[in-house]
Amino acid sequence: MHERSFLVHAIVYLAAAVVCVPLASRFRLGSVLGYLAAGCLIGPFGLALVSDVDAILHFSELGVVLMLFLIGLELEPARLKAMRGAVFGGGTVQMLACGAPLVLAARAVGLPWGGAIVAGLALALSSTAIAVQTMRERGLLGAPLGKTAFGVLLFQDLAAIPLVGLVPLLSDDRGSHGGSAGLALAKVVVAVAAVVVAGRFLTRPVLRAIARTNLREVFTAFALLLVLGIAEVMELAGVSMALGAFLAGALLASSEYRHALETDIEPFKGLLMGLFFIAVGMSIDFGLLASEPVRLALLVAGFVAIKTVALVAAAGPIGVARGERPLFAALLSQGGEFAFVVFGLARAARVLPGDWDKALTLAVALSMALTPLLVLAAEMLRRRVEAGAAREADPIEAEDAPVLIAGFGRFGQIVGRLLFASGLKATVLDHDPDQIEMLRRFGFRVFYGDATRLDLLHAAGAGSARVIVNAIDDVESNLRLVDLVRSHFPQLAIVARARNVAHLYELERRGVTIIERELFESSLLAGRHALELLGVRPFEARERADKFRRHNEAMLTVLGADGGGDDSQRRARVREARGELERQFQKDVEELDRREGADWHRDDER
Amino acid sequence: MILVIQAHPYPDRSRANRALGRAIHDLDGLEIRSLYDLYPDFSIDVGAEQRALERATTVVWQHPIYWYTAPALLKLWFEKVLTPGWAYGPGGTALVGKRCLWVATAGGDESSYREGGMHGQPFEAFVPVIRQTAAFCGMRWLEPLVVDGAHRIDEAELSGLGERYRERLRELVAEEGRGEGGGDA
Ligand SMILES: Cc1cc2nc3c(=O)[nH]c(=O)nc-3n(C[C@H](O)[C@H](O)[C@H](O)COP(=O)(O)O)c2cc1C
Repeated sequence: MHERSFLVHAIVYLAAAVVCVPLASRFRLGSVLGYLAAGCLIGPFGLALVSDVDAILHFSELGVVLMLFLIGLELEPARLKAMRGAVFGGGTVQMLACGAPLVLAARAVGLPWGGAIVAGLALALSSTAIAVQTMRERGLLGAPLGKTAFGVLLFQDLAAIPLVGLVPLLSDDRGSHGGSAGLALAKVVVAVAAVVVAGRFLTRPVLRAIARTNLREVFTAFALLLVLGIAEVMELAGVSMALGAFLAGALLASSEYRHALETDIEPFKGLLMGLFFIAVGMSIDFGLLASEPVRLALLVAGFVAIKTVALVAAAGPIGVARGERPLFAALLSQGGEFAFVVFGLARAARVLPGDWDKALTLAVALSMALTPLLVLAAEMLRRRVEAGAAREADPIEAEDAPVLIAGFGRFGQIVGRLLFASGLKATVLDHDPDQIEMLRRFGFRVFYGDATRLDLLHAAGAGSARVIVNAIDDVESNLRLVDLVRSHFPQLAIVARARNVAHLYELERRGVTIIERELFESSLLAGRHALELLGVRPFEARERADKFRRHNEAMLTVLGADGGGDDSQRRARVREARGELERQFQKDVEELDRREGADWHRDDER
Repeated sequence: MILVIQAHPYPDRSRANRALGRAIHDLDGLEIRSLYDLYPDFSIDVGAEQRALERATTVVWQHPIYWYTAPALLKLWFEKVLTPGWAYGPGGTALVGKRCLWVATAGGDESSYREGGMHGQPFEAFVPVIRQTAAFCGMRWLEPLVVDGAHRIDEAELSGLGERYRERLRELVAEEGRGEGGGDA
């Protein structure tokens, strides 16, 4: 590495990303292509601002690790179980459909059998990073297509483990390896068991203890420590780091800290993923490309074409809807980050002859850059087809809770219980760990976190919910939440709790229309009981309370409309309004008495 | 047991229904439920109402006539309490054989309840709907007690009517005692 400081490097990366990514997004190419372009630009074959590509590639793989942790977090055990079919069924079909023709093709272009098997199977793997990022940007992750694709990707992560183990076995100088297969397996088992035990029994109490200290950064630090620690353990055992992180995430998916973990890890993941794509871009060897453009073009075109065709064919049996198969194929058409690892190993083990490892690595990187373009093409194709046929109904996502409840104290709980009893899934956010612990024992789905943080709202699904019940008692936080929702999630209808009249006016000023004063209804009820005890019959007492409510609301509107005027004006108005209500009640009584009149029998007056 | 369902929104502004209610309130063998006092918010406790009906061999509906039918809360009571599978439909036999006495007060009198009069029809023309409500649930319809011209009659007449009402209920209680009540008595 040149004598460039860390800081300068950071500036180079960030600047390249800030320039290229928005540009790519602007042209609807997706952020992945933007990062890749940024990588090409600053890499050794571009402006040569950065040189140590391998180290950066390795470091930035942590982005993929964090991503899989987050994906795991989003999968509750029940859903994980439901995914078994997609993972093992779909994954196997895909590996066979893509692997077999790719191995044969590799053999056909002159690789020895060992090399052909390694190259073919490695190319059959897709890039989780690229595919998931692309799907997320297009909102496909929750859709059936996204779920199937994700299941396939997960299986690939599993399949990569034996593949990595296979490379030395296919090597010519076999003797030096082998033998330790049993030991390797044992290591894997121990590592996975350790992750499961830690995830199940240790992390929750620790997270709770840390949450209680109210030190946000420590919570974040622990979250990162957790993920990276697990990744390291898995790597030591020879398992995919990403797979380990995924496992850890899945184990914490049903915990109350799920959303808090998501919010804390998300920004790191985003940056590291970006760095990963940049590193891939930097690793594109334009020297090799320039010297053998035809061979490489054929290589990329050939393997992407074989893979795409095989994926379209496999999509049917896996259960992808007909119209979505091209998109499915395009999403998974590229080579994956595992291919880099496998080719590196293959070179060391001399399984791949000549410069094939370099050429294949380059082909994989180029295929990643091709993905966004293929996806665009597949989407155009689908639109064309859909324009003809009637559009299928969008699947409604059961897992997206239609309603969020912010603040689960005495107020929010009653709202929540009514909703739960009606069979509605509500996502509940509160920031008191002790309270949450108690509520969870009663079987509520409650998550720990500060509802006035934008990232947490995103994580909780504010983007897709329909209603948010703002039951936060603290006026300031309550209003902050309203501001956030109004500017970032305008589709969310707000039901707001108001502490008092001043708070109510503040809410109205922000355009909130559904507001409940927290004590108003219960106080009215108490008033009714008092009237009853003084001899007013229950139904009449109720009607008076109803009248009072309506009158009171009208008065609030009048007083609020002119900002209230000065204090004495205000008081005069309130007094006046009270007199009005008294007169109104008097009139009601007279009217009731008039009902006793003879209007129903005096025939002669008609 | 005789169940008296009363439905008057303003019992203490009532004249006719209050007088009728006072006339019977201390009779033995009666359960009186005043709907507007029990459910001022119109949220009827269906279970409680059905249990009360199950205890009874005779059901009395006592109310003023509003717009030619029962007041809104009694109408809601019909809709909520007389449920399918309980009061009617397959398995709906809870009320079968019970006796039903209708006690209604009307503002109109004989001269207004006639062809060409204020109400266009004799009062009998407005009875079938409520009678069929009882019949649909398998109840036996007793001769109703109707107070017409409820605003015109004087105190003496009113207390005479109260006496008649009391007498009818006392007879019904006595018949119950002799086992002549509802089908399941
Ligand atoms: C809203 C309303 C509707 C009424 N509709 C009728 C009616 O349709 N026919 C009728 O004869 N009297 C009608 N009346 C008169 C009532 O039946 C009469 O006031 C009542 O029976 C008197 O009983 P009370 O003293 O217990 O209130 C109506 C009265 C009110 C207040």
